[in-house]
Amino acid sequence: MLTINNLSAGYDGFQACFGVSLEVKAGESVAVIGPNGAGKTTLLRAISKLIPTQGGELLMEGRRYDHLPAHEVTALGIAQVPEGRRLFPRLTVEDNLRMGAFLPSARARFAERLERVYALFPRMKERRAQMAGTLSGGEQQMCAIGRALMSGPKLLLLDEPSAGLAPLVVQSIFEVVKKMSAEGYTVLIVEQNVQQVLRVVDRAYLLETGRIHASGRAAELLADEAVRRAYLGM
Amino acid sequence: MPQVFDIFLLEAVLNGLLLGGLFALLSLGLNLIFGVIDVVWICYAELIMVGMYTIWWLHTQQGLPLPLAFAASIAFVGALGAALHQFVIRPVLAAEPINQLLVTGGVLFLLQALVTVAFGVEFRNLGVRLPGVNAGEMSFSGSRIVAFAVAMVAIAATYFFLNRTYMGTAIRAISQDRAIMPLMGVNASRVYLLTSAIGGALAGLAACLLVLQYDVHPAIGLSFGPLTFLICVLGGLGNLIGGFLAAFVFAQLISVGGFFFQLEWGYVIAFAFFIATMFWRPEGLLSRRKAR
Repeated sequence: MLTINNLSAGYDGFQACFGVSLEVKAGESVAVIGPNGAGKTTLLRAISKLIPTQGGELLMEGRRYDHLPAHEVTALGIAQVPEGRRLFPRLTVEDNLRMGAFLPSARARFAERLERVYALFPRMKERRAQMAGTLSGGEQQMCAIGRALMSGPKLLLLDEPSAGLAPLVVQSIFEVVKKMSAEGYTVLIVEQNVQQVLRVVDRAYLLETGRIHASGRAAELLADEAVRRAYLGM
Repeated sequence: MPQVFDIFLLEAVLNGLLLGGLFALLSLGLNLIFGVIDVVWICYAELIMVGMYTIWWLHTQQGLPLPLAFAASIAFVGALGAALHQFVIRPVLAAEPINQLLVTGGVLFLLQALVTVAFGVEFRNLGVRLPGVNAGEMSFSGSRIVAFAVAMVAIAATYFFLNRTYMGTAIRAISQDRAIMPLMGVNASRVYLLTSAIGGALAGLAACLLVLQYDVHPAIGLSFGPLTFLICVLGGLGNLIGGFLAAFVFAQLISVGGFFFQLEWGYVIAFAFFIATMFWRPEGLLSRRKAR
C-alpha cells in the first residue's frame, strides 16, 4: 500500500532521514522503532508531506505522490495521529472529530463513522460536548485517533501514541492499536516503547540515526539478542 | 438633569440598543480576521468607506437600483478583503505584528487617497431617507432600526456558519493549530483567503447600513474605525462573543451617557471607560481562554 524508496528528509539545513526504504502492505500493521532522535517523527512527517522530501520516492498504492502538497495527501487515504496529539483544545470533542471528516468524501459518511469511533471509544461519546483541551492525556489520544479515523483512511500513521501517558493508559492505547489492525486497518506506528509495540504489530523496522538498520517480523525482533540488549535492556 | 425613569431615558436605552447592534456588526469582521489570521486590519473602516462609495456611485451616478448597489458593495468589498489578504497580508504573515499593523495602516491611507482622487473630498449623500418610527413620545430613526435588524441577522448567520459547517469549524480550528490543518485535508491558505473575503463582505454589508445614515467622504473611516477597534479590544481582541457584548456596553455608554449630559459627553464617558478597563482588565472584558 505504502512504498518508500530511498527517502531523504529533514528540516532547513538539517537532514534527519537518509535513504530510508520501507513498505507497508494492505492490512498489515508495521512499527518503526528506534531511540529518541533517530528520525522517526521526521519520517512520518515526510510521509504526510508536512515537511518537504529532499530525495527519494513516496508511493501510495503504486502512485507516486511526493510532489503533492500536504493537504492533498489526506485525500489519498493517509491519515496521521501526530506527535503530541495536537487536538484543537478550544473545540469540542465532536468538532475535533468533525475536522477529521473535513474532506468532501468523508462528510457524506460523517454520522456513520462517528458511530464507529464512538463504538471504539465509548468515553468519547460521553465527552463529545467537552472542550478537547480539558480531556485527560489518554482521552486526548483516543480523540486524536478518532479524528484520524473520521477521514476513513486506508493507512493510519501513529506518531508515538504512548508518549507522556501513564503505563495503564499506554496499555489501553496499544489494545486499541491491536483492535484496529484486527478490524483490518493498515497501520504504520512509530514508537520508542519497543517492547509493547512489538507485541501488537506484524513487522517492524529499526531506525537509527536516520537509517534503517534492521527489519523483520515483530516476534523475531522481540527474540533477537541484539535488539533485546539495545532496546529492551535485557 | 432630567429625572430618572422618564420615557426619554427609555428612548436613550433603546437607541443605545439599536446602535449596539450596528457596532456589533462593525466589530465582527475585524474581530474575525484577528481571531483567525492574527492580523489587525487597521484599515477595516476604510474598506467600509469603499463600500459606501460603491453604493453611492452605483446608485446616484449609474442609476443602479439600491438593492443591486447593496449587493455589489458586499461582493466588491468581499473581493477587496480577499485581495488585501493575498497581496498585502500574505507576504507579511510571518513578520512582526508591528510590521503587519504598519502595512495595513499604509492601506488605510492608500484607500483614502484613492477615493479622494476618484471622488474628491466632498460629502456625498445617497439621498435616501427611511421614515422614522414613533412609539408614544419616543421616536426612532428608521435607518437605525433597519441597521439593527440586518446586523442581528448577519451576526446570527455568521455564528451559524462558524458553528454548524465544516468550513466554519475549520476557521475556528485554524487559529488554534495552523500547522496541523493539512492533516485534516484542509488547505490553510484557502481558509485564510475565505475568512478574509467574509471579513470584507461584512464590511461591505456595514457600508450598506452606514450609507443610509451618514454622508460618505474620504475621512469617514476615522469617525468609526477607532471605535470599532476599541470595541474589539474591550471585548478581548479575537473573541467574537466578547466583541458582541462590548459593542452593546459601548453603545449604551454613548447613548445613555449622552442622555444624562450632552451627546458629545457620551463619547467621552465611553472612551474613559475603555481606558479604565485597560488598567483593570488589559486582556479585555472576556479575554480569550487559553486552554493549553
